[in-house]
Amino acid sequence: MIVLEVAVMLLVAAGGTAVVLTRDPLNQAIVASFYGLLLGVMFLVFQSPDVALSQITVGAVALPLMILLALAKVRALGGRREDRE
Amino acid sequence: MSPSLRRRVFLVAAAVAGALLVWGLSGLPDYGIYRGPYGDVLNAVAVGERHATNVVAAVTFDYRGVDTMGEEYILFAAVIGVAILLRAQRDEREEAPDEDAADRRAPGTSNAVRVLGLALLGPVVLFGIYVVAHGHLSPGGGFQGGVVLATGALLVYLSGEYVTLRRVRPEALLDLAESSGAAGYVAVGLLGLAAGVTFLENVLPLGQAGTLLSSGMIPLINLAVGLEVAAGFVLLLSEFLEQTLVVRRPGEQT
Repeated sequence: MIVLEVAVMLLVAAGGTAVVLTRDPLNQAIVASFYGLLLGVMFLVFQSPDVALSQITVGAVALPLMILLALAKVRALGGRREDRE
Repeated sequence: MSPSLRRRVFLVAAAVAGALLVWGLSGLPDYGIYRGPYGDVLNAVAVGERHATNVVAAVTFDYRGVDTMGEEYILFAAVIGVAILLRAQRDEREEAPDEDAADRRAPGTSNAVRVLGLALLGPVVLFGIYVVAHGHLSPGGGFQGGVVLATGALLVYLSGEYVTLRRVRPEALLDLAESSGAAGYVAVGLLGLAAGVTFLENVLPLGQAGTLLSSGMIPLINLAVGLEVAAGFVLLLSEFLEQTLVVRRPGEQT
């Protein structure tokens, strides 16, 4: 069990580093979603399935979705501004 | 500020923050040691007192029910805030996406995504209902199940078109579901006051532990939260999609 715990913590550390190192916001949203999923797995390994479920729904689904939609909105606004000029 | 000075300030600040972090971490209890008394107390008494086999749900929806009500209203306020921020501005008029330039339209959905989305829709909605309804028995509850239910709407959008989502998303019904979910929590709490005890105190029969109809008011509260969260997330989603897909342009000055 301790091997699993160490492994999942290393994975989470690698995932967090990957989120920071990803520069493009669009790619970052996808990497952050994967990181959220890893965090969910970590909570499950540490025997808190309730928190794991919340983490997966918020971190892996809701947050990346909001980032993607916000990015789409920002781009649409940018396009509109170019139209006007 | 010159770059070298900035770097020096950063290094000092990072060293101090790092030292504080190490100091704090060294004072933590050892790995795997749990010192707080409340978890053990709750594990011993919660099933007997509340007949809820998921002790976490007994804490969040019963012992600490008022806190969770605040959390629900945080989400409620956030959804309202987004809806107000993204409302149609006075100088904008809606334009159907079909009139838009071809390069700005979303690419068509592939058949693989369409089939997968439609195949997943039923199981996802069923799983969402299951997670909401069994919140007092197993991990899950209204918040998690509500988001799972809302992803059903996302699947409809992914596997169909925005127009399809618009058709299965009657806005008045969503508004009603969200507000009645938010009000439902308070209404369940008021049951306690009506019966002459405190707000949110359980007045319903506890039932047999481990069965679906047990734990008194916890399943009712989970239902209200699930309704609120699912409707709130679908509203958030459609507000954003409305903004990105139905392109709004400034109307002609008249």
